Amino acid sequence: MPRPHRSPSAPPASFLWTRRIVLGALAVFTLVPVYVMVSSSLKSLEDVSGRFQWIPSELTVQPYIDIWSTVPLGRYFLNSLIVAGAATVCSVVIAVFAAYAVSRYRFRGRRVFTITVLSTQMFPGILFLLPLFLIFVNIGNTTGVALYGSRGGLILTYLTFSLPFAIWMLIGYFDSTPKELDEAAMVDGCGPLGALFRVVVPAAVPGIVAVAIYAFMTAWGEVLFASVMTNEATRTLAVGLQGYSTQTNVYWNQVMAASLVVSVPVVIGFLLLQRYLVTGLTAGAVK
Amino acid sequence: MTTTVSPRTTAPAGGKLPPAGGGSRRRPLLPERVRRGGLPYLLLLPALLLEVLIHLAPMAVGVWMSFRELTQFFINNWSAAPFAGLDNFRVAVDVNAPVGEALLNSFLVTCAFTILSVGASWLIGTAAAILMQDTFRGRGLLRATFLIPYALPVYAAVITWSFMLQRDNGLVNHVIVDQLGLTDDRPFWLLGGNSFVALLVVATWKSWPFAFLIVTAGLQSIPQESYEAAAIDGAGMWRRVRHITLPSLRPVNQVLVLVLFLWTFNDFNTPYVLFSEAAPEAADLVSIHIYQSSFATWNFGSGSAMSVLLLLFLLLVTAVYLLLTNRRRES
Amino acid sequence: MRRRRAAAAALLVTSLAAAVTGCGGGGAAQGSNDNPTTLTYWASNQGADLEADKAILTPELEKFEERTGIHVELEVVPWSDLLNRILAATASGEGPDVLNIGNTWSASLQATGALLPWTEENFERIGGRDRFLDAAVASAGAPGQDPAAVPLYSLSYALYYNKAMFEEAGIEQPPATWDEFVEVGKRLTGDGRYGFGLEGSNLSNNIHQAYVLARQHGGDFFDESGEPTFTDPGAVEGVKQWIDFMAEDGIVAPGNAEYAQNQSLQDFATGKTAMLLWQAAGTTFESFGMSEDDYGVAPVPTPSGTPGQGTEVNSMVAGINLAVFDNTDNLDGALEFVEFMTSDEEQAVLNAAYGSIPAVESAQDDPAFDTPALNVLKDALATSAVPLPQVPEESQFETAVGTAIKDLFAEAAAGREVTTELVAERLTEAQQQVG
Repeated sequence: MPRPHRSPSAPPASFLWTRRIVLGALAVFTLVPVYVMVSSSLKSLEDVSGRFQWIPSELTVQPYIDIWSTVPLGRYFLNSLIVAGAATVCSVVIAVFAAYAVSRYRFRGRRVFTITVLSTQMFPGILFLLPLFLIFVNIGNTTGVALYGSRGGLILTYLTFSLPFAIWMLIGYFDSTPKELDEAAMVDGCGPLGALFRVVVPAAVPGIVAVAIYAFMTAWGEVLFASVMTNEATRTLAVGLQGYSTQTNVYWNQVMAASLVVSVPVVIGFLLLQRYLVTGLTAGAVK
Repeated sequence: MTTTVSPRTTAPAGGKLPPAGGGSRRRPLLPERVRRGGLPYLLLLPALLLEVLIHLAPMAVGVWMSFRELTQFFINNWSAAPFAGLDNFRVAVDVNAPVGEALLNSFLVTCAFTILSVGASWLIGTAAAILMQDTFRGRGLLRATFLIPYALPVYAAVITWSFMLQRDNGLVNHVIVDQLGLTDDRPFWLLGGNSFVALLVVATWKSWPFAFLIVTAGLQSIPQESYEAAAIDGAGMWRRVRHITLPSLRPVNQVLVLVLFLWTFNDFNTPYVLFSEAAPEAADLVSIHIYQSSFATWNFGSGSAMSVLLLLFLLLVTAVYLLLTNRRRES
Repeated sequence: MRRRRAAAAALLVTSLAAAVTGCGGGGAAQGSNDNPTTLTYWASNQGADLEADKAILTPELEKFEERTGIHVELEVVPWSDLLNRILAATASGEGPDVLNIGNTWSASLQATGALLPWTEENFERIGGRDRFLDAAVASAGAPGQDPAAVPLYSLSYALYYNKAMFEEAGIEQPPATWDEFVEVGKRLTGDGRYGFGLEGSNLSNNIHQAYVLARQHGGDFFDESGEPTFTDPGAVEGVKQWIDFMAEDGIVAPGNAEYAQNQSLQDFATGKTAMLLWQAAGTTFESFGMSEDDYGVAPVPTPSGTPGQGTEVNSMVAGINLAVFDNTDNLDGALEFVEFMTSDEEQAVLNAAYGSIPAVESAQDDPAFDTPALNVLKDALATSAVPLPQVPEESQFETAVGTAIKDLFAEAAAGREVTTELVAERLTEAQQQVG
């Protein structure tokens, strides 16, 4: 039963039925692979490589024990959290500044900047992998700052991957915050940065959360750059999970178990964050 | 020329700030001179520096590489790679020879794949976001569920799909053939023509939650009063969606669709994990194709030339897209 | 005004790029002994998983450190990353001192000039070239040049067969010729079981098999001068024979066309297929619950039934080589390390742990390598194995021809006819891509 709606008139029955059917179908589409992961992670290697069964004939938690010794999963997980977390924070902060400038000021080079930033999304990553590696090595050789093979280099790379989209998206969200609000704040004695942090940012919380999730996931899942730019000590999960398919075997059950284990914290994080996706302008700005 | 941001913005021209309100401002954070003209540049500086270091400089190197004969003979000392003129490009666009023909095929496959995948992701994501705009029991849980495909590491998600799509032992054929009995023959999903469908489904499964996320956030900035006014006018649910929700989402959609497009077009991880080293012809996305033409065959000059061609194409599409969407928005 | 700014930006980017490329290619530097106490070593994944490799190698590296005082930083690099890591290291000059390479990459990597050439003098420092198997040294670089690496672990192909299934079908001996092989295969096929299993989507396995078959038909994929000859009639015949086990003879399940992750080993271990051509497969069979007594190992069939040289070769030379980066800053240490790894003692320990065969002949006498299975592999290596083409274009060859074979298997699995013309057409396209 739907509870009272925000809109004053109750939605028609056709809408309710459409909603049930569409969302139900989507939930199935989303969850079938998840179910496969869960059930496969509880099978023995022999069962999991045989013909698919909806209900496993025999359950075992052995894969959940083995995952830790097949690859150093804990270390990969920590690396991924550090890299993705740092990349997200930096990306969002830098994007907020840049988007604020573009959204609230007219200045020379404004269009060149936005177009250039967007155009960086077009170059196939596969190609600048090698040049970027060379740049990092050269920076390392001249300044002594080791960027290749370190988490720092990966953080820089990933934060730049998500930056263009973050900036563009935030420009959109900032633009829809009425200009009058920050003008009022300035009248109240805030500087431009004060207006940014006290008015514009709070009003754009859903957008910022969406962008942060995006930045996190970009760094969380990236495979190609991580495979070349990390070593054993700094390897991230996205690459490390490949360790379950070895020269001789693919440990399907362990891949699935490990994927689930590392995804649980992320999904919980999403659960906690998603409430902020639906607050913001309506709640924060229109007092 | 059109502007790239919503015309609702009425920023003061000339890079000046609005006049300070009264004389009541406390200690200014920044010197007057900076605030007047330099502040926007200062705000942009970190983003700009990083873009130059991580994107633009490697991109320039990539362009340089595309004019060189950068094969395994020169990779160790690649500044010595001989100048190849336009040779790399000539080979790439000669559609009568196998290399150009394969690239063209790969390009067309990628275009079809991108249009279908972006269309489906956007449609599903938007529909789900609009349907979940009002509160109902279980909404939070459902929203988290929808974000799961996005929360799984790409490798994990795609390897699971490849596991499900196996011909003999996979879930998909188990359902289609063993349980529903739709066909007698077990179809291949990772080989031949079906691989395109498989890639499309996996890519859409993986990217629609992103569209959902962005549209959900975008819906929050639509003022409630608009809906209330429309309701008073007697507009039904569907008309409100058409006349208020979708138009208000336009600025968000403009970026969302463009980014989904660029992303999907350049997606490497999904086909690479799904098909491993050699993608079937029907699913030979350009990113994989370029990987094969540079990393697997160690001819980075040729791979770079293909990438530059691709870059030019994407620049053109983006420019046309921005012109069209902005014109429509302004008219 | 705006235009000038854009021009300035463009200039900045290009000059940055120029600066980068200007100092690119640091790999050209020569080796030195600036850093005599440490070595970095990239090992490839040879054991059951990365951690198993580390467990096997670490005690040996400690032994080395005890003897020489040189500390070895070990990194086990998964196969999915290894070649890309090596390419990046080659391009930037920032790599390990010593590393494992797949022996089929030898000539391609040799062409980059990034690896230390194994001159007579260098070989002398590790005990001489004669200690190594001829076939193994032949797979360490182009003929006529100093090898780019030293053989470390060797392997070859053998025919694995399921004893119970053979007995059930009344077959007393494993087939020795291809005619017998097909005939036996047909008798073993039926009731959802198949005579033979293979990995149709595994590019390198396709290449290994098709190459040997092509040689048996008197063909090759490269001529004497290193030019590609993919459409040589013998090469076409070889590829067609490999596809025909599925397309024409029907002794391979169509589903094998999409195998690339050792599913064929599991099918064998679970009794779905009766025969398999593989390198040391014992440990994998065991992980699927098949015991050593359940299967037999025999030489891979040849046209006449007697393996030998020429058209009677029956395996490629598989294996891992050990290479030294030319710009190492611990050249003496690196050579000492190679000497250590190829010593009789270490060869016995490591190859026994990995189930491979020592590349050093004297180490093969160790009783650990005197099992029926390893004896078959040893014989093949010594008498009837042939290295894959040692040309700089080897990796292009593997990609282009391997993909063509994969596509042909897809055709065969879909029930379409695979004619000689079709095979020749696909190989022509492959050759033009290698160009």
